[in-house]
Amino acid sequence: MFDFDALINCFGMASCAVNQLTSGLIIGMLLFLVASGLTLIFGVLNVINFAHGTFYMVGAYFAFSTYLFTESYLLSAFVGALGAGIFGIFFERVLISKVYGQDILMQLLVCYAFILITDDLVKLIWGTDYIAMGIPDEFRLAPFRIFGGYVPPLYAFLIILSLVIGILTILLISKTRFGSIVRAAAENSPMVSALGIRVPLYFALLFGLGCALAGIAGALAAPVRSLTPGMGFGILIESFIVTVIGGMGSIPGALIAAIILGLTRSIGSVGFPLFVDGLMFLIMAIVLIFKPTGLFVKGSSK
Amino acid sequence: MSGFTLFKKDISIALFSVIILILIGFFVEHPWPKDFLISIFSFGLLAMSLNMLIGFAGMVSFGHAAFFALGGYAFGLLLQSESFLTNFGALSIIVAFFVSIFITGIYSAVIGAICVRLNEIYFAFLTLAFQMFLYSVIVSWVSLTGGDQGLMGGIARPVFLGIDLSNSLHRYTFCSVIFVICILLLRILNKSNFGYSLRLIRDNQERAEFLGIRVFRVKLICFIIASMVASVGGIIMTLFTSGAYPEWAFWTQSGEAIFMIMLGGISIFLGPLVGTVLLRLINDVVQMYSSHTELVTGIIIMIVVLGLRKGLVEYLLEKTGILKK
Repeated sequence: MFDFDALINCFGMASCAVNQLTSGLIIGMLLFLVASGLTLIFGVLNVINFAHGTFYMVGAYFAFSTYLFTESYLLSAFVGALGAGIFGIFFERVLISKVYGQDILMQLLVCYAFILITDDLVKLIWGTDYIAMGIPDEFRLAPFRIFGGYVPPLYAFLIILSLVIGILTILLISKTRFGSIVRAAAENSPMVSALGIRVPLYFALLFGLGCALAGIAGALAAPVRSLTPGMGFGILIESFIVTVIGGMGSIPGALIAAIILGLTRSIGSVGFPLFVDGLMFLIMAIVLIFKPTGLFVKGSSK
Repeated sequence: MSGFTLFKKDISIALFSVIILILIGFFVEHPWPKDFLISIFSFGLLAMSLNMLIGFAGMVSFGHAAFFALGGYAFGLLLQSESFLTNFGALSIIVAFFVSIFITGIYSAVIGAICVRLNEIYFAFLTLAFQMFLYSVIVSWVSLTGGDQGLMGGIARPVFLGIDLSNSLHRYTFCSVIFVICILLLRILNKSNFGYSLRLIRDNQERAEFLGIRVFRVKLICFIIASMVASVGGIIMTLFTSGAYPEWAFWTQSGEAIFMIMLGGISIFLGPLVGTVLLRLINDVVQMYSSHTELVTGIIIMIVVLGLRKGLVEYLLEKTGILKK
């Protein structure tokens, strides 16, 4: 089960270490995008979007189809994000907003039904087989050499772009007018609507933004992962773990937790492949026992 | 004696139901009603025990099927083990039955100790996360569980006390007795002081604390008992299918169980059981007419949740004036 020799050997060689760190960062940054959307929606609307993984899946499939037509990776990532965002606004307005403030049982059921429906629709449209998008032409370049390890340009691009998107999201929420309205509405929505601001509109936009973040993660991941109906659920569970470790509602917390998890995955795949999931849950359980609010949030989750 | 008089009515109803169920077994030749009822016993216990969490105690778990699956897998694995069978001989089934429930109890105590302190939303998604952990263990530990394919090769069913569980009539009777005992147990818990404590915690946790109820302990005990009852459901399913399958631990199984409760209504004791029957009928009908069962089931759930806003049974009872709003 444990292969520490392989682990030590790997970290003895700079090239292997660089490879593992890059793949850990990739996993972490994509996870960060999904989790930041989840944590954003929770922080403002106080709703756990159990259907969040669906938007990751939808983003990936939209990107795949766009890529087939345009052969442009950047455009397809944009379409994936936009499509997931619009789909998210639709989901918020038509379905989940009807059960805001109601029993959590109702929210669970709406999300459950929504996942069943979209998974089946994806099967109808794109088929049940695994789909591989392949490395886009723009990025078929010679890899960078860092300390003897090879880093494909696509990987470097993904890591930097995810980081930029994360920083932009934090700035959007903390510095802009949109951000302050949304944060104010989260504190006291009757007061904000009394000021003449259409709170439901802002809530829908925020929900759409959260879903677009999941969508762009799916779209960006399309060349490096295979696409399959139901692919969203695995990443949903991992983003739960990220938000628990980082703290609900905290985007910087999500970033650090996602990187921790990404590195756990990539390093674990060398040293203890069967125990990777177990270790992730163990980290989460330890955080929950000693600091139930997450590492980067003050206050109580009780 | 006072305990007996208090529950005299429930015990009589239970005895009566057992007799009816056994009579059905004896006089209906066709295998379909028995097979259908066994699957109702199994999933009914899943739904009824989940309602002990959701309806009695207000703890909305999204990962309850994990304990169903664990019970089923533990039972199946024990009865596939040569050394277990040679050690316990004719008593294997009984020992495996109780050991599986016990294992589930221990596992749920660990999960429960982490989860029950948390607020409602955290509780829901952590139970879900831990269920998916169990699922990934089942799928990746191929040498033990058979991975994706499930636990294959059948299970041994040695004869004990003249009961031969490979005989479909014996198996059906055995399952119906176990089922009714579990439902009776849930009923007694519901009407006991323990049940009152749970409802008090559900309605006002702070008040319960002021009245001296140890909220954490009561919730944890409730979580463990509910999980053990769910594991009995899994055991019945393993007996029935002679195997165990990873889908039991998949999250959709928990979603389905929540929908069963919702269909039948959380405020009626036997509601989840009615919901179980309704959902199985819906599934059967949908499967007959469409290959896109998930799509149709999803739409039905949306209609019930967003249209009726309450369980189908509650809705009908209110419409006909039997249940007051």
